[in-house]
Formats: sequence, C-alpha cells, structure tokens
Amino acid sequence: MAQSVVPINPVILSRKTGISAAFLVLALILLALIAVLSRAEAGTGLGAGDWAAIRFTVTQALCSALLSVLFAVPVARALARRRFAGRVALVTLLGAPFILPVIVAVLGLLTVFGRSGWLNVGLEFLGFPTVSIYGFHGVVLAHVFFNMPLATRLLLQGWQTIPSERFRLAAQLRLTPSSMFRAVEWPMLVQVIPGALALVFVICLTSFAVALTLGGGPRATTIELAIYQAFRFDFDLGRAALLSVVQLVLAGSMALIALRFVPSISVGGGLDRVMPRWDARGGMQRLGDGFVITVAALFLLVPLAAVVLRGLMGLPSMPPTVYHAAGISVIVAVASIFVLLALALPMAGWIVGRRAGGVEAVGLLGLSASPLMIGTGWFIVINPYADPFDFALPVTVLVNAMMALPFALRILVPPMRDTVQRYGRLSAMLGLRGWALWRVLLLPRLRAQIGFSAGLTGALSMGDLGVIALFADPERVTLPLQMVRLMGAYRMDAAAGAALLLLGLSLGIFWICDKGGRWRAEA
Amino acid sequence: MKYLTFATATLAATAAWAETPELIVYTYDSFTSDWGPGPAIEKSFEEACACDLKLVGLGDGAALLARLKLEGARSDADVVMGLDTSLIAAAKETGLFTETAVNAEYTLPVEWNDTVFAPYDWGYFAFVHNKDLTPPANFKALGDSDLKIVIQDPRSSTPGLGLLMWVKAAYGDEAPAIWDALADNVVTVTKGWSEAYGLFLEGEADMVLSYTTSPAYHLIAEEDDSKAAAEFDEGHYMQIEVVGTLAGSDQPELAEKFLNFMVSDAAQAILPTTNWMYPAVTPAAGLPEGFETLTVPTKALLTPADEVPEIREEALAEWLKALSR
Repeated sequence: MAQSVVPINPVILSRKTGISAAFLVLALILLALIAVLSRAEAGTGLGAGDWAAIRFTVTQALCSALLSVLFAVPVARALARRRFAGRVALVTLLGAPFILPVIVAVLGLLTVFGRSGWLNVGLEFLGFPTVSIYGFHGVVLAHVFFNMPLATRLLLQGWQTIPSERFRLAAQLRLTPSSMFRAVEWPMLVQVIPGALALVFVICLTSFAVALTLGGGPRATTIELAIYQAFRFDFDLGRAALLSVVQLVLAGSMALIALRFVPSISVGGGLDRVMPRWDARGGMQRLGDGFVITVAALFLLVPLAAVVLRGLMGLPSMPPTVYHAAGISVIVAVASIFVLLALALPMAGWIVGRRAGGVEAVGLLGLSASPLMIGTGWFIVINPYADPFDFALPVTVLVNAMMALPFALRILVPPMRDTVQRYGRLSAMLGLRGWALWRVLLLPRLRAQIGFSAGLTGALSMGDLGVIALFADPERVTLPLQMVRLMGAYRMDAAAGAALLLLGLSLGIFWICDKGGRWRAEA
Repeated sequence: MKYLTFATATLAATAAWAETPELIVYTYDSFTSDWGPGPAIEKSFEEACACDLKLVGLGDGAALLARLKLEGARSDADVVMGLDTSLIAAAKETGLFTETAVNAEYTLPVEWNDTVFAPYDWGYFAFVHNKDLTPPANFKALGDSDLKIVIQDPRSSTPGLGLLMWVKAAYGDEAPAIWDALADNVVTVTKGWSEAYGLFLEGEADMVLSYTTSPAYHLIAEEDDSKAAAEFDEGHYMQIEVVGTLAGSDQPELAEKFLNFMVSDAAQAILPTTNWMYPAVTPAAGLPEGFETLTVPTKALLTPADEVPEIREEALAEWLKALSR
C-alpha cells in the first residue's frame, strides 16, 4: 500500500458520527457496568473458585490458540500449493465453523466425539480405550474446531502475499522443500502467526456457550461462565461485577496487544490463486499434503455432516414453535446487521482519518465485555421505568452487533484506508463531502467488505445464545434458545431438526450478504 | 418435574388487552410447555376464575429465585411456582413473599405446616439408569465403581442442590470423602435437570440424577419400560415443590384462589402424568396406572427448610473443592 502524502481531512469522512458511534458503544458497556456495580453489595470479593476459573480461562485459551495455529500451518501450506477438484469449495467451507452457531457445533461434536459417538464406537470396536469430550479436552477440542479454520484462512492469506517470483527463483536455485520452507515460507509465517495466535486467544478468552455445554462443572469454568453463575444462581452482583471487570481488563488488554498483530481479514476473493510450486512435485510431498487436507476436512466436515444427517431425520418432528422462534431469530439477525453497519461504517471512517487506531480499541471492547454483564446491567437500568422483558430483543440486537464490531472494523478499515488514499485528493477537489462521499466513493468500493461484515454479523447473531439466555421469556424465544429447550425436553429429534434449520439460516444469511456484496462488483 | 422445557405459541397469543384480571405466575420452563402441566392447568383454572392466567417459564427452579431478586418489588409476578424445600429459607429471606391460608389433606410423607408456601407435588431424587445395568446399592459403591454419571449444578438447579443435601443428610461429616470418591464418576455437571437428562438419553452417561418417578414418563408416555431408578440403602432425599404469593401482587385474592386450585383435585389429577411427580394430595381417582411399578425408597431423607442455608454453604464448599481437582 502506497504511503500517501496527502493529508486526509477527517472531516470529509465522518468524524462526528464516528465519535458518536464510538461513544455509544462505550456508554452501552460502561452504563451497564455502573448499573451492576450500583446494585452490588460490598465485600464479597473473589473466591478460590473464581481464581480457578481465571486460571482455567487463560490456560484453555492458550492451548486452544496454540493448537489451532499449529494445525493450521500444515493445512494452509497444503492448500496453498495444491490444486484439486473441490478446492474452492473446501476453502469456502473452512469459513463455516467460525460462523456456526455454537450449540449446533456442540451437537455435531457430541455425535462424533461423545461417549457413544462415532469415534468412540469405532475405538471400542477396535479394542482401544475411549476418549472423553468433557472438561478441559472438550473445551479445547471445540475451540480448535471453531478457530483452526479461521487461523487457516489467515495463514492462507499470508501465503497468497508471497510473490510467485520468489517461488520461481527458488525453483531455479533448486531449493529442497525444507530449504524452501526456511527461506520463503517461514519469514512470512513469522509475520502472520502472532496475529492469528492473538486473535484466537482473545476469542477463546471470552468463551461461554462451549464451556457451558462441554465444561463439566467446577473443573472447567471460564470467567464468562462464572459471571453467568454469579448472576443467575448466586445472585451475587458484587462478584459478577468484579468478574466482569477482570474479564474486561484481561480480554481487553490482550485485545489491545493483539490489535498490533491481528492481520486484516480479507474477503473470500483471491484465496483461490494457486501458484506453481516446483518444490512440491515430489510424491512424498503430494502424499503428505493430501493426508493433511483429508484429515482437516474430515475433522471439520464430519461433525457438520452429523448435524445435517440427524437434522434431516428430525425435521418432521419439529413443533411449529420452532418456526416461530426461527422468525424471531431472523428479525434479530437482520436488525443486528443494520445496527452493526450504523456503528461500524462511521467508526471505520473515523479510524481511517486518524493516524493511530485508538478507536478500534473501542470496538474491541465489544469482544471483551461480557454480554451477560451488559444484559444484566441494562435490565437494572430499565427495570424502574419499564418492563425489561419488552427490551429483551433490542438489547440482544445491540449486544450481537457489538460482538461483531471488532471483526467488521478489521475487515473494513484496511480497504477503506486504501480507497481514501487513492481517491481522497480527487474527491476533495470535486468537493465530495459527507454523505455524497460515502455514496459515490466509499460504499461502492467497499461493497464486498460490507457484505462480508454484514454476513458475519448476521450469522453470529443468528446463533448467539448470550443475553437471550438471561432474558428468556416464552414470548421472545430465539432459535438457539428454542433448540436448547428442545434438547432439554427429550426432543432430541426435534432439536436436531432445529439445529439443521439454524445451520441453514446462519449459513444462508451469511451467503446472501456475502454474495450480495460481491454481486457484479469488480474484483 | 423439569421435563419438556419448551415454550408455547398459545401463551404468546393470550390476550393482553382484555378487561379480565390477569394473574401472572412465574414458574420453570418445563411447566409451561405444550406437554407439561401448563396448558391443562391454565384451561382448568381459567374456567373457574373468569381471569387470564399467564404462566411465565423462567429456566430452572433455583434460577427463578435469582430472577425474583433481580426484579425486586417491581416484579409483575403475582405467584411463584417451582421452588422447593431447599430454597424456602432463601426465598423467605428476600421478604418478597406473603402468608397464605391454603390448607389441604396433604398425602406427603412429612408433616406440612409452612404458612407462606403450599406444596403441590413431590418426589424422591434417584439415579436413573437403563435396566440392563446392575445399579450400585449406595453412594460408596457408586464411588468405587467405574460407572459414569451426569449431575446438575447445585447453584442453578433444584436436583443439583438436592443431591448436595442428600449426601450431607446421609453421611454428614463424611460427605467430603464421598464426593472425593464420586469425582471421577462425574462425566459432567450441567446447569439444569434438562441438559443432564438429555445427555443420559444420548448415551453420554450410565446414570443420571433425576427422580424415582422418571421411569413412569418412559413407561406411560413412550411405552418404554427400559428405564429404572436405582434404590440406595442410605435412603433417598425428597423434593417437595411449592407455590407462594408475592407480597407485591396486585391480585392477592386471585393469587390465593390459584394456590387453592393447585392443591385441589382438579390440578392434582393433572400433575402426575404431566409433571411426572407424586401429587401433594392423592387424587380421588388414585395414582395413574404405571406408578405402581416405581421404586419406592424404604427410607426418606429431608432436611428441615430452616436448617438448609447453613448446611448448603458448607456442602457447596465441599462439593466445589472435590470437583475442582
């Protein structure tokens, strides 16, 4: 990216609206925290269990991040140097687990890795000891399932940035695959890996639904889960507030550090470029890559296939309330997309106009703050004036949009900066300002990124089981909550059907937004 | 009982604008589900009261109390249904509940003389298993075995808390040793009864903490007699589910009417095959066919409600310690 000498006047972008959006996000979080603190009784402090939760949270996040990236390296390498039928589809599918609703994935993982799951039935048949999916391993396994594909995508992006001339040169020098790795690929990895590690670490740090379903009690409790327990079970607002602060500081500072490393997330395009690799022609290389790709595909696709299979069988037994809940979920997801765009676009515009990325840090707060804390805080704020139940869905929409905000900023900011640097001077000369600038210059050029962010938000929101779990009320049930209730109601078939519906809706809304953004857009 | 957690669209459709008085009852999710007691109870009560009964399902029993504390005196609820004897002391401490004059010829195994809460059904906690398994005879044998069990979190669910009280009532100061031995049998701890039972049905565990009446569901509703409840020789802890009126209710007379209805024959006859518990007053027609096949413990355990809070603190600390390792 060329460094521009043209000073870009932030005013031509959206300084005021950007500041307002950032301020709104800050206020939403801080007001909630203050509300919770105001109701807290002093002197509770953190118990031994809470410290165990903090230790567990950090340890599992570290393990999850290391394993996700460790596995992602060979997979990304194999994908980068192989061309085969279905490669594009596979790379696309690699994006699926990340936007998969957590409880759907957990259902799939249980079918495959559970005590009477496919893997253990096979192991038992062959006379091997069985494996357990609960506790520490379960949480890490699920996190690797969710984040390994994300890490793979980021690394694959890294591979695409290596100029093919280098491979050509290396081929002329007759470098062996291992010296090729050392000379060409390793330097790139050193640059990309810290970012991927940091991103996965932060995501795993705030894990809730995975730990809730696969944790296994006091042994495997994350901070977010401890907050939930403090709110819902012990009604210890003081401890919950304290834990929220710990989470905010821990995840927030990690996210700030990560901000320096996290690579920008590029949209799907470009990942299908395969460079000729003379070093990878050997039979062993071919075999190795084939093996790696097969194992990764099996690991990611078998649980998905399990969800689809069971879901198809369960579809007929779904009660009509599932469709009602699905309708509510679609409304929530679409509303989240609009709220996200209303927050992210002005914020991105503001960030682009500034040298330092301080505002992006505000966006990261959305990822670090506990959705349950925000939900309870707003419950307390609203309660004296109105029925908080009536605000369950709006609060859910806001929290969902804030969760997606950091990702959206990572996606939007780099290309927007690029656009402004390229066309900023021209637009200034033409007197394009404010809305006109957005309409003529920015929005058309960022269509793909906007679509991608919108799709990501919609999918994450569709599968979210956060605030709504606290505000749960028979009249306002989202699909994930309905699915959890069906699972708890002996209706495993109906729950599997709901899972398939949820899977379809999540992927569907992502696909529509992503495709919509790229439709007829020049590459 | 916490079967069938699931909300109904019929509830969503109840007319909110009608002139008829509205009685709001907070309860657990499964009570309000299509195949739970909710629809039948609502129909039967509304026929008699010329009012609109609104059942609001809010998670599990123990979570109900936290929700009430969060809402405080502002709560719209008139009645709370689904707390149990382990939670009565904590519920009274909130000061949110008011006295009731409800009384009936209870057929509970214990004397009932609480003036704030009325019992509507009860049961014995037990570990439910498939009949092809030979169950252990007590907690010690369970701890020594390789059997895998699923239990519930005592902080979030009434069965989870019941198990704590059970072990404490049976073993007293020996309880920590029992939990140490049980720790490696516990596959996972779920937040509510529903999740645990679901995992058991999925084959994730050999046994699940539930009730001696659970096999009746499979037998009567599914014509499946493959489930049984293990009888433990140290006795079984009891759960008595109760209903009470909030002091802040704007419909105190209607609330009292509802409490009376819950212990009447009309409601009591509905509960066994919808909530899958024993009724607090045996209906005139007797228990449904199939209930005679259930395990009936020879020894019943129950800690008096006012002694629970202190024991709970100690037992919870012991439990957390044993299971965090």
